[in-house]
Amino acid sequence: MSRSARRGSAVGIALAAGALALAACGGGSGFDEGTGEDTGGDEATGGAELDVLIGSSGDAETQAVTAALEAWSTETGNTATLQAAADLPQELSQGFAAGSPPDLFYLSTDSFPAYAANGSLAPYAAGLPNADDFYVTLRDSFSFDGELVCAPKDFSTLALIINTDAWEAAGLTDDDVPTTWDELAAVAQTLTTDAQVGLSFGPEWQRIGSFMAQAGGGLVDADGQPIANSAENVEALTYVQGLLSSGSAAYPADIGAGWGGEALGTGAAAMVIEGNWVIGAMTNDFPDIPYRVVELPAGPAGPGTLQFTNCWGVPAGGDSEAALSLVEYLTSGEQQMVFAEAFGVMPSVESVAGDWAAQFPEQEPFIAGAEYAQGVPPIEGIVDVLADFNAQLESLASGDPTAILDSVQANLEAIAGTS
Amino acid sequence: MSAVDPGPRRGGLHRRAGLAGWIFITPMLVILGVFLVVPVVMALWVSVSDWNGQGNPFAGGASFVGSTNYAELLTGGGLPQRDFATSLRNNGYYVLFVVPIQTALSLFLAVMVNRRVLRGRGFFRTAFYFPSVTSSVAITVLFLFLFTASGAVNRVLAVVSIDGPNWVNDPRGVLHIVLGALGVDEAPAALQAAPFLGLSWWQWLAGPSVAMCVFIIMAVFTTSGTFMLLFLAALQNVTGEVMEAAEVDGASGWQRFWHVTLPMLRPTVFTVLTLGLIGTWQLFDQIYVTGNAGGPGKTTLTPAFLSYSTSFNNQQWGRGAAIAFLLFAIIIVLTAVQRWTLRERGVPRRRRFWRGVTP
Repeated sequence: MSRSARRGSAVGIALAAGALALAACGGGSGFDEGTGEDTGGDEATGGAELDVLIGSSGDAETQAVTAALEAWSTETGNTATLQAAADLPQELSQGFAAGSPPDLFYLSTDSFPAYAANGSLAPYAAGLPNADDFYVTLRDSFSFDGELVCAPKDFSTLALIINTDAWEAAGLTDDDVPTTWDELAAVAQTLTTDAQVGLSFGPEWQRIGSFMAQAGGGLVDADGQPIANSAENVEALTYVQGLLSSGSAAYPADIGAGWGGEALGTGAAAMVIEGNWVIGAMTNDFPDIPYRVVELPAGPAGPGTLQFTNCWGVPAGGDSEAALSLVEYLTSGEQQMVFAEAFGVMPSVESVAGDWAAQFPEQEPFIAGAEYAQGVPPIEGIVDVLADFNAQLESLASGDPTAILDSVQANLEAIAGTS
Repeated sequence: MSAVDPGPRRGGLHRRAGLAGWIFITPMLVILGVFLVVPVVMALWVSVSDWNGQGNPFAGGASFVGSTNYAELLTGGGLPQRDFATSLRNNGYYVLFVVPIQTALSLFLAVMVNRRVLRGRGFFRTAFYFPSVTSSVAITVLFLFLFTASGAVNRVLAVVSIDGPNWVNDPRGVLHIVLGALGVDEAPAALQAAPFLGLSWWQWLAGPSVAMCVFIIMAVFTTSGTFMLLFLAALQNVTGEVMEAAEVDGASGWQRFWHVTLPMLRPTVFTVLTLGLIGTWQLFDQIYVTGNAGGPGKTTLTPAFLSYSTSFNNQQWGRGAAIAFLLFAIIIVLTAVQRWTLRERGVPRRRRFWRGVTP
């Protein structure tokens, strides 16, 4: 072969490679048509390569998940590589737009409805052997059109965290732990001094929504119909407004803190409403503050709290045997207990709830909340509605609860009608 | 013959030189095409499509939906429209305050450091320019520290017995605060109507929030140095003779500045205003770094940030692209208006100073 002919074939190869690359770029639709089955054959013998994208809460979580992926890889002969995203929603969007989403990724309840609605997700979860073991409230959060789409990876609930030093300094005892709204208002008043407020919680539905649940309200009813401006919700916001205007409760930003945990740690607040992530933050940042966790007080309609969770998302068409086997491994009770020890989350499966409560007795109130917790309603566009609600809650102290809830109701009706 | 011949030959030379020129600029054209023209065309297509964020929008995954995305923002009546209106209001006030202040301040600084009598001119020039070369992310973080509830700014205010606001967490509009001080706490009936983009007049007239004021101060602080440099360069072109002539004519210092220096700086003023206008309408970094997604109370939501969050967080790619193009249209229109306002008037065409620059 002459020199120039060889060069010619090299150009040909380069062109062909370029064409293949272009075809791969535009291949998003081909991906949907179920290449998963084709690769499934290979995975039976191992050798599948999976990219896993997570939004990590910190080193502890990254290391724990890395270890779990390595263990699974060794066990099955596949390879799973972890990537910790700096900005998960953005990186996930980029992956989907490029036609090469990660094979497995964290998906928040906020983002879930939008991805489920546009057909980005493989609805694999109902087929998992442990599908019935997930808490019902968690399954509701990740169901779309009546179908469980992805497997909840773990969850958190809200509870009342009390600074025990401040508690004792105010002359309060175990008998005074608030179990009703009136008692909560009373102890918050008692705990309020010049230097600290009694109670603090973020200006957002993600905290204040727990009062709505305790009043018997919420954003949507059991059938998914918007009930934001119900009398129960008005009662809840009016109560919260009372707490704020009495001065015994304040938003963290108003007492020089970024969030509830910081307000508790700096001593700016004696009680905060936070989730179990506060445990790790207290251990790391404020190890000298003694605290205890109790269940949120019950409202007029009984106990109520909110839950927060993520699921293991799998892109449409990517529900290969290997991916499903990895999800099954990661959501098994045993593995979730390992995660719980490593970075303080609660297992999403009921079968190890007892083990968890036995191992972390001081955090028992968090898991008790799983029985009656409300989650983010899985409606497309819910992110904007919650963002708007939160923006209005920032000025709740001087606002009109009925007007705020009416606007939320109108926004919810607009999106509930289209989904 | 020899008189006729050069024509075609010169043309051939021209053609060959032209070809060489094209070859030389091809790399740049390709780069511009791939990274600018194609993305813009793609975004334009996305803004009139229902693309769901999966795969290539040109590859058949998206279908044409006409002006639906734009209609939702301009006449939809729902949350998207109100959010868009809110972001326009916020950014509008930001531009309204930042552009005139930074232009005036940078001109003032330039005149100051241009004085021959000033000692240590080099030091002041560097000092004023310094914020411009620091990354906007670093400056934003610094400002967030300075303006916390118990931060340095409020401590200084406390010294003079002023109870400072909770700056970046205060959603109250400054005009609302002023009106509140005058006893108008709630929207008067006349201002409750919401005829324009679904936001009531009372909301439109809120003024920048206290939080937005922090960003306004920050923008003035960081960009004045850059524009000072532009003015300084222009000032050095104002020759001593012109000034001397004005002096001989008996013009006072203020008259010399107002009637001689400033008219000669007209092209630079135009440049500074245009750059300022474009830059301020695209406010994004600071909002993104602050991390509370346009809070408090959506009063630092800007169209650029709204476009980003609508697309990336909410998967509404069409609507996000539509916001970007509406922002583009606003910038173009305002620049045209500004160009028209700054044209030279009342001077016969042939006597204009800077014919090449102003229309």
